[in-house]
Amino acid sequence: MSALTIRNLTKTYANGVQALKGIDLEVKKGDFFALLGPNGAGKSTTIGVISSLVNKTGGDVSIFGYSLDTQRSLAKKQIGVVPQEFNFNQFEKVFDIVVTQAGFYGIPAPLARERAEKYLRQLGLWDKRDKQSRTLSGGMKRRLMIARALVHEPELLILDEPTAGVDIELRRSMWDFLTSLNEQGKTIILTTHYLEEAESLCRHIAIIDHGIIAENTDMKSLLEQLQVETFVLDLARPVTEAPQLEGFEVWLRDAKTLEVAVPKSESLNTLFVELARLNFEVMSMRNKANRLEELFVRLVEQNLPGEQAS
Amino acid sequence: MSAREQWVAFLTLVTKEIRRFTRIWPQTLLPPAITMTLYFVIFGNLIGSRIGEMGGFDYMQYIVPGLIMMSVIQNSYGNVVSSFFSTKFQHSIEEMLVSPMPSHVILNGYVVGGMVRGMLVGLIVSLLSLFFTHLSMQHVFITITVVVLTAALFALGGFINATFATKFDDIAIVPTFILTPLTYLGGVFYSIDLLPEFWRTVSLANPIVYMVNAFRYGVLGVSDVNVYASLGVILAFVIAFYLFALWLLHRGTGIRH
Repeated sequence: MSALTIRNLTKTYANGVQALKGIDLEVKKGDFFALLGPNGAGKSTTIGVISSLVNKTGGDVSIFGYSLDTQRSLAKKQIGVVPQEFNFNQFEKVFDIVVTQAGFYGIPAPLARERAEKYLRQLGLWDKRDKQSRTLSGGMKRRLMIARALVHEPELLILDEPTAGVDIELRRSMWDFLTSLNEQGKTIILTTHYLEEAESLCRHIAIIDHGIIAENTDMKSLLEQLQVETFVLDLARPVTEAPQLEGFEVWLRDAKTLEVAVPKSESLNTLFVELARLNFEVMSMRNKANRLEELFVRLVEQNLPGEQAS
Repeated sequence: MSAREQWVAFLTLVTKEIRRFTRIWPQTLLPPAITMTLYFVIFGNLIGSRIGEMGGFDYMQYIVPGLIMMSVIQNSYGNVVSSFFSTKFQHSIEEMLVSPMPSHVILNGYVVGGMVRGMLVGLIVSLLSLFFTHLSMQHVFITITVVVLTAALFALGGFINATFATKFDDIAIVPTFILTPLTYLGGVFYSIDLLPEFWRTVSLANPIVYMVNAFRYGVLGVSDVNVYASLGVILAFVIAFYLFALWLLHRGTGIRH
């Protein structure tokens, strides 16, 4: 079953900007889905339309089979949205914000309070329940928005840049929380600029740019498209020039650091055998960029100049 | 959304609105109490004692219904215009837009929130007026009907103003340049019968004249205009404003791109 189906979605703003040029997208129930794209690509507009914050120009959106046009109320009950910007009343108390949101979904007050406690505890905010929301740290505010989005227990959770500006420890704990939600059966759609985040959490991915879907596939297939991976090697002793290795491109970044482009057809063993033969001792190695990042940059660069010109 | 769920959502929004204006009571409930007490002291006691009678009542008694009405108008309007605009400004309106609440529930919640504040301030001002004069209610049904309809009308006006507003200046323009002059020229402090014929006719185009007079009729039993015509005018405005506000909300004017 599809959690989200988008057909030929278009959006032209009043100023004439065509943000979406006919998007088709399907997210399966239970999926962990990444929607990626550079700034201004149309991600937030897409999420805005799905969550009824932006009026679409054309096309159809349905959530768990409920059309946003004809079964709006049922469709909306299935979605929880965590926006990019803080969008709660800064003067209201944390507990009131979550309980009020439940009320907007028609959940009676006793159950709303019970749910608010459950999610505030899960997100480590129970101690802050009587604080005005403006007194929370940035990370706590993000968690508050997640608690608020979950209080009506939606089947589809949409998070727009949930870890932007969040420290590494909190980001990891949010990843764990989202993973456990997904394991419980919730469908999750995520937009992020941290491609490492998308790679480690998501099973399917769509890349949107200039209002069109540039790529829509599962993560494994996408990563298999990567023909060359670049590694950074830290050497034990300084060298003056990069070694010539057959089948590999090698650059000297500084006296003790090499960058090596490894084609998919070559094994890393061959590389190390060759380096050892030339008496290069490698102390450590790492990817130059996240694999998804390399692909993302390539896809976006490939896709767009021609697309724009046409 | 079932009728029961809509009722829960409506009550949630009304509670939120009441919680808002009671939390900031020094900005919402106290100023009108002080302002109106000053009106009672200066216009009623000091100046009023030299004016003598108006409409068969001493001046203090004559202006009290108008001042109560003025409080209801200003506070119903002010509550909704500032609350709804702040919600837009802080983007917390998105909490309602993503929810399944239908447009009429959102509108009703804000309007009732504004009415509650308007009528609460009206009650506070009425109680304060008892320190200065004697008040009795000649026509209870008319008094209550006029207050409720007037509060609803100006709450709707505040909602429409906030819908179009894009900056804080925009929510001050209507109260300053339209509402206040219409209120002061709406027969709060004088009977429009005192005006020359031309200005009396012009005054009849001011809807606040009908509200103040209908309310004065309910309290004192005197009015410059036909009371039932007044009720009809107010009701017609309420219906027109409600439908317009609902249409704006449904379209997403000023709130959805």
